[in-house]
Amino acid sequence: MIDKRVANVEEALAGITDGASIMLCGFGGTGTPFVLTTALGKISARNLTLVSNSVRHTEDCAPSLFEDKRVAKVIVSAARSRGREPTTSERQLEDGTLQLELVPQGTFAERMRAAGAGIPAFYTPTALGTKLTEGKEVREFNGRQYVLETALGADFAFIGADRADRWGNVSFRGTQENFGPSMAMGSCIAIIEAKHVTDEPIPPREVDIPGIFVQRVLQVPTES
Amino acid sequence: MSVTPLNRNQIAWRAAQDLKEGQYVNLGLGMPVLCANYAPADQEIMFHSENGIVGVGPVATSEQEDSDFVDAGSQFITLNSGASLSDSTHAFAMIRGGHIDVTLLGGFEVNPEGDLANWDAMVPNKGPLVGGAMDLASGAKSVRVVMAHSNRDGTPRLVEKCRYPETGFGCVNRVYTGLAVVDITPDGFVAVEVLDGLSREELQAQTGAPLFFADDCGVLTTPDL
Repeated sequence: MIDKRVANVEEALAGITDGASIMLCGFGGTGTPFVLTTALGKISARNLTLVSNSVRHTEDCAPSLFEDKRVAKVIVSAARSRGREPTTSERQLEDGTLQLELVPQGTFAERMRAAGAGIPAFYTPTALGTKLTEGKEVREFNGRQYVLETALGADFAFIGADRADRWGNVSFRGTQENFGPSMAMGSCIAIIEAKHVTDEPIPPREVDIPGIFVQRVLQVPTES
Repeated sequence: MSVTPLNRNQIAWRAAQDLKEGQYVNLGLGMPVLCANYAPADQEIMFHSENGIVGVGPVATSEQEDSDFVDAGSQFITLNSGASLSDSTHAFAMIRGGHIDVTLLGGFEVNPEGDLANWDAMVPNKGPLVGGAMDLASGAKSVRVVMAHSNRDGTPRLVEKCRYPETGFGCVNRVYTGLAVVDITPDGFVAVEVLDGLSREELQAQTGAPLFFADDCGVLTTPDL
């Protein structure tokens, strides 16, 4: 019997060791894996590469990741905190102890999707000629220039969702979906934290991430 | 200068008057999102949010608030009739694939070629943030910028050459400021409306590159907002 459910957060994070790369889903607090991210702050793995749209929620959930210098690199579209005072991660970016790869958000999503779809690289018009694509290959198609972007995969992905079933199928509410499908596809081990986890299958047309892309499912309290 | 520039709401109002029935429109953070408040009420306009919404409605009241529904600015929002939700790859396929009719973006600087700088203000100790700005600048059919005409120290934001890192090149079609509506044309900056009471010489003095005036250049007026 297929059953991707794990009993607790320790089991959900099993195998995350030094040097791991981890995708963290979420946009504006929707689809954000608060429980898994908080737990990541408590394990000992170091030299991590974190892939997320913004550093903000990760640092809010697990400030110790940055305070204890356990993150080597962030790959994000936003590395700015909301307040006027710099956060720990912003100070580390400034003094060079934290590496940054800043990626336009659409390119960010598509690079992860490509990793999961067996596409090693693709051409896009976004960011052509800007500081963010310096040194990248440019090619002309039908009279317009495009820049070559490579796929972005990771060892693990943490994804927040409304519902999941024992087969790993996932269904979202509202704007929770955001980077979830791309990150599930683009990671080796996709871990879902869902408010509702069921024995009964999610109706097939309501599945937003097919379970084939999902390895672990953790039930979290509905209040989180 | 002889007149008071338009305030943020008035600039947003003016930009909103150019939105049309049936258009799919993305509003950037800051002043651009204010445009939704002033869109012509008799036109059905679909607002797109890059986190996966087509058909963003008004900001939720406290009774309507649902923490699973946010827009690109992380505000709790409602959905309008005909709305749809998607993941980020689809939301950006709409942008990159040329399906978005208009994007209204904030700006630091625009030059006569239509280059836009709006993502990196180079503030020390604050991390950079690009978000979807570069995707929108290169992908939307019409890129319009809403911004103040000048910085607080009086230096112009319509400039010969951008001093801040560019977001996109040759992408801007029109700029709405507190003093004028300016089109980007093969000749450079062309004012199509000038604020009521402001002379052409005064406007040129606030602009960092040669400014031309459309043959039918009109008067920029807005309600008190």
